[in-house]
Amino acid sequence: MSEFLQQMVNGISLGSIYALIALGYTMVYGIIKLINFAHGDVYMIGAYIGFAATTYAQLGFFPALIISMAACAVLGVFVERIAYKPLRNSSRIAVLITAIGVSLLMEYVMMFFVGAEVRSYPKLLSERVFEIGNVYIKAQQLYIIATAIILMIVLQFIVHKTKTGKAMRAVSIDKDAAQLMGIKVDRTISFTFAIGSAFAGAAGVLVGIYYNSIDPLMGIMPGLKAFVAAVFGGIGSIPGAMIGGLGIGIMETLVSGYWNSMYRDAAVFAFLIIILILKPAGLLGKNTREKV
Amino acid sequence: MRILMKKNLLILLCLIVTFVIVQVLIMNGIITRFHEITIATICINIILAVSLNLVTGFTGQFSLGHAGFMSIGAYVCAIINSRMDSTLGFLIGILAGAVAAAIVGVIIGIPTLRLKGDYLAIATLGMAEIIRVIFLNLKITNGAAGFSGIPRYTNWMWLFIFTAGSIILINNFIRSSHGRACISIREDEIAAESMGINTTKYKVMAFTIGAFFAGIAGALFASYFYFIKPDAFGFLKSIDILVIVVLGGMGSITGSVIAATILAVLTTFLQEFTAVRMIIYAALLVLIMIFRPQGLMGTKEITDIFKFGKREERLNGRRNR
Repeated sequence: MSEFLQQMVNGISLGSIYALIALGYTMVYGIIKLINFAHGDVYMIGAYIGFAATTYAQLGFFPALIISMAACAVLGVFVERIAYKPLRNSSRIAVLITAIGVSLLMEYVMMFFVGAEVRSYPKLLSERVFEIGNVYIKAQQLYIIATAIILMIVLQFIVHKTKTGKAMRAVSIDKDAAQLMGIKVDRTISFTFAIGSAFAGAAGVLVGIYYNSIDPLMGIMPGLKAFVAAVFGGIGSIPGAMIGGLGIGIMETLVSGYWNSMYRDAAVFAFLIIILILKPAGLLGKNTREKV
Repeated sequence: MRILMKKNLLILLCLIVTFVIVQVLIMNGIITRFHEITIATICINIILAVSLNLVTGFTGQFSLGHAGFMSIGAYVCAIINSRMDSTLGFLIGILAGAVAAAIVGVIIGIPTLRLKGDYLAIATLGMAEIIRVIFLNLKITNGAAGFSGIPRYTNWMWLFIFTAGSIILINNFIRSSHGRACISIREDEIAAESMGINTTKYKVMAFTIGAFFAGIAGALFASYFYFIKPDAFGFLKSIDILVIVVLGGMGSITGSVIAATILAVLTTFLQEFTAVRMIIYAALLVLIMIFRPQGLMGTKEITDIFKFGKREERLNGRRNR
């Protein structure tokens, strides 16, 4: 039992990181129907910016987190303007291929500049471990969960209580109608990219601290898994991304805890295929009918 | 006989001439072993790209898992060929690899091809990843360390036979009524369905044929490079193949052939700068999509360009008469 609880604790902290990345996927997909493959790489760059801020500028955890989020937001908007905006009216496959291209470009440009080697992250947070019963909870895990929860509350506030959030929701329902109502669609899309990328940047710093190592290709797998999380929760749905992220995180730790850690990636993808077949709209997604 | 038509004889002649020229150059040592690797890469990539083009370019089903099928062909051929060390074993290995890949293609295709666009892309990607993880954990494949000591039977002759064979077979498939059904699915799935085309059947068919030829390419790869490991068939390999198809033009076989050749030559020149090569690949992908989304050839074949000239000639001839 205590082992199960331990796995749950690990799963929730890993899952909250996935949830942060999945939010970016789900928001971008909700608004322009694009699987932003480059999102996982924004997260990788976020981790590197956090690394630079703490190692070279000797900043603490919170300043590094803020800097990384801000830089990633700028990066996200930049990528959207350069690569996706010219393709606003192209076929879905064309945009998807562009996204893959942008993703590779970011990985290898980064590799060119910082080298392919794995770097170890500075220890920013206290190494304390709390023991409750037989379950060990690291202070880092608490920080990760707390950061994720705070960011998600902020996001809920932005989406539901501000004018920009209202614009985002309107654009995601019907882009043309929103434009006719005087909403600046391009600006709203850029804003969505900014928020999503900022969250990915935060997740990057958190992962750097949690796993203690970063490399230029670290974004591929968590990016894909976060996408699985977004699909599981129902793509386009913000609470869905949170639930999905936690679900995938818990599933992954349970598979590696009770079965074989080599199979955890395969398990996540097998799970994805099962969801797509049984309930393609996800847990909280809306079923959309295709019109001719 | 129809099979001995002038056009087919011409194609056969071209093929034989190409084969003999390269064979002579290899035998005279003008094409060195180093260049031979490039030629092998070109041939294997052509098979991969043409088969992916059938799925993505002609049938319009976006697949990101082609390397998964390639790895099945590679491992099955490697296992059989290292047990049966003869040319017969090599051929049996290739056939078994291709059939195994095709069987997996059917098993995966039936459920996933109900999905559309982006979802299908992710599902196929996930499937390739699952295949990779399975190969990493099996004992018979020697896990992450890789499978080495595969006897090398692949040479220019076999490469040429399989490459030309794949192109001809896939080309004939596309020109058959099945192929036209596939193209109609790409153009408009709902319209195709309402015209009475069993879309699922044709999608699975294209997917399976694509998997079959990817299996052949994988088998040739294993046999030529005599060492394979699961990481060689990851997500990036699938992207490599996709770049060829997109650059050549989705829906153009000759485009895939040209793009495979260009990229393999480019790779040879950039051998020492792997990082730069990937940056160029990625930038190429983005730039093509922004400035020329139809790729080099679009949906045209090289013969279409000549045909256009011929028709004019014919019209002129009629007028003169």
